[in-house]
Amino acid sequence: MISCRGATKLSVIAAIAAVLLPAAVQASEENAGESFFSELPVEMHGFYEMRGGYRLRKDKYEKDMSIMENRFQLDLYSYLDWGDIRFKGDAYGDLVTEKGYFDMREANIFLRPLDYMDLKAGRQILTWGTGDLIFINDLFPKDWQSFFIGRDTEYLKAPSDAAKVSLFGDEANLDIVYTPRFDHDRFISGERISYWNSNLGRLAGQDAIVHTDKPNEWFGDSEIAGRLYKNIENYELAFYGYRGYWKSPGGQTPTRSQATFPDLNVYGTSLRGSVGKGIGNVEFGYYESADDQSGRNALVNNSEMRYLIGYTQEIARDLTMGVQYYLEQMLDYGRYKNSLISGPARDEYRHLTTLRLTKLLMNQNLRCSLFTYYSPSDKDVYMRPNINYKVSDNLAVEAGANVFFGDYPHTFFGQFQNNTNIYTGLRYSF
Amino acid sequence: MKSVWKVTFLLGMTSSLVAAEKPDVQAIVNKANIVAYYQGKDGKATVKMKITNKQGQERTREFNILRKDVKDGGDQKYFVYFQRPADVRKMVYLVDKHTDKDRDDDRWLYMPGLDLVKRIAASDKRTSFVGSDFLYEDISGRSLDDDTHELIQATDKLFVVKNVPKEPDSVEFGHYNVSIDTKTYVPMKMEFYDKKGTLYKTIESTKIETIQGFPTVVKSVVSNLQTASKTEMEFGKVEYDINLNDSIFTERYLRRPPREAIR
Repeated sequence: MISCRGATKLSVIAAIAAVLLPAAVQASEENAGESFFSELPVEMHGFYEMRGGYRLRKDKYEKDMSIMENRFQLDLYSYLDWGDIRFKGDAYGDLVTEKGYFDMREANIFLRPLDYMDLKAGRQILTWGTGDLIFINDLFPKDWQSFFIGRDTEYLKAPSDAAKVSLFGDEANLDIVYTPRFDHDRFISGERISYWNSNLGRLAGQDAIVHTDKPNEWFGDSEIAGRLYKNIENYELAFYGYRGYWKSPGGQTPTRSQATFPDLNVYGTSLRGSVGKGIGNVEFGYYESADDQSGRNALVNNSEMRYLIGYTQEIARDLTMGVQYYLEQMLDYGRYKNSLISGPARDEYRHLTTLRLTKLLMNQNLRCSLFTYYSPSDKDVYMRPNINYKVSDNLAVEAGANVFFGDYPHTFFGQFQNNTNIYTGLRYSF
Repeated sequence: MKSVWKVTFLLGMTSSLVAAEKPDVQAIVNKANIVAYYQGKDGKATVKMKITNKQGQERTREFNILRKDVKDGGDQKYFVYFQRPADVRKMVYLVDKHTDKDRDDDRWLYMPGLDLVKRIAASDKRTSFVGSDFLYEDISGRSLDDDTHELIQATDKLFVVKNVPKEPDSVEFGHYNVSIDTKTYVPMKMEFYDKKGTLYKTIESTKIETIQGFPTVVKSVVSNLQTASKTEMEFGKVEYDINLNDSIFTERYLRRPPREAIR
């Protein structure tokens, strides 16, 4: 996975260099005698971070250390007359895997070729939709591993290598994101987080790393996502469409030796706006599992309907509460159950609620937050308490935990029970 | 003869001044409100804040602000682009300010690391703005309809208006007095008294400049007498009537701020 990321990164850099080079030549011709770089308004920022954490329970498939890393992020941004250029990359040394990594988060150019058109091409972070840590129509890659081991929430979003074209009109706006080669989630593979392995019928981790057979062909295995949206009196209405693949493994090869990413099409809509003293949102998505339209194929995920309703309000000074209710409905449940090969069956309906509480104290320098997922149908819970204190303008310290519990070892959050961890971090930003 | 003319002239001036000294308090606060928050039809500025707490620890905030009036004295749109401190750099705060009594402002926050456009559910306008001693309402302006106004003092230099909230339970103060310059109508000083009548917070305009003909507060300071903290705010690169397009105050520019906001 790392090497494939590296290859993509190189091609992106090459693409950007190809775009930049003629411009650089042109610029130097125009400003004869002046250095191109002296004309470049480059903003340089970033941070240095140390983060460490441990499991609170013994996990026989994983190390006790859940996270232990030194990270340096460099963010270079430049805006020129014809567009913007951005590079943002993380270099980090990881004591859990005992390796060093370079993770290019962004490497893109932004252009405005027409008054009503924006274009952003290259490696970028993409987000849309209305959920709070629940995603229905946002099918851009997520990094669940980073999320569960206690990295900053920013890392939940993994980068896409894509081109985003935005068109703006009086009636509505349209975003089209084309990803020439499928960008999957950084999913739970057993490398850092133990999980329920249905083939083995037990929890597993480093002893059973998930191997995948992924759509990997440039332009052949592409993804396309669209959003048509409009702001009506500050009520934000959007329609979404996606054609691609299940972002985390959604099936297996016939020999059940590799996980697969079957075809997926998603159609959905959302609405967000003020309701009473707060903000309300509703979102809906139809997940069409295109490789298993009938629902009979045991090796491919069922089609689903996904619904979300949420509400956020400031309930006291500097205290915000957000609640959400989310429902996942399997559409061919009878056929799924009849064809089930192994393991306990999923429920037809997965109900999930979330509660967010955020309190700011000490002139907003201290932020205490708790985000809780609770599923009454799976009977499992995932809690994310976090305390962050800004010691100075540049320095912040934080501590938090990822707490999982559940009645069963195979449910969505219940399977991660042994990964319950606490962490602490220190970040110097510049 | 000449001196008689002079005297008559002076008297005439004085009497006209006397006539002007009994203005309607509503007219004063309306005019001061326009001067403080609605100069020109739009504008931009670079804002630097220095927050100093009781222990002497300093924190800074730096942001660029774009403003466009929907209606003079009424609704406005604000675009705030953060530059400092580093952890909030590139965040954008968009406000659709509504002066209607029953309508909360619409606010959005863009978080660049996540490419996330978030709706802010903050209905309480008496909360601190970016952790400073300025409250959200001090920055965007408190609706004139929220208070009753009484002219308690009028000198050659200043009108002093006492403002009493119509809904005392919705705010932390008992009343506040505003001293308004009689010539420019710039609010020079605001003094907030708690419900027992003790002065606990002042906001002073410490430097005024006339920019494009508009008297503009370029330096102000809030002192919180209870917590002994203070915030100094300085405006630079102030420009008015720059013809900001309405589209700047939309999601398009939230995700990718306009040059006017970055520079």
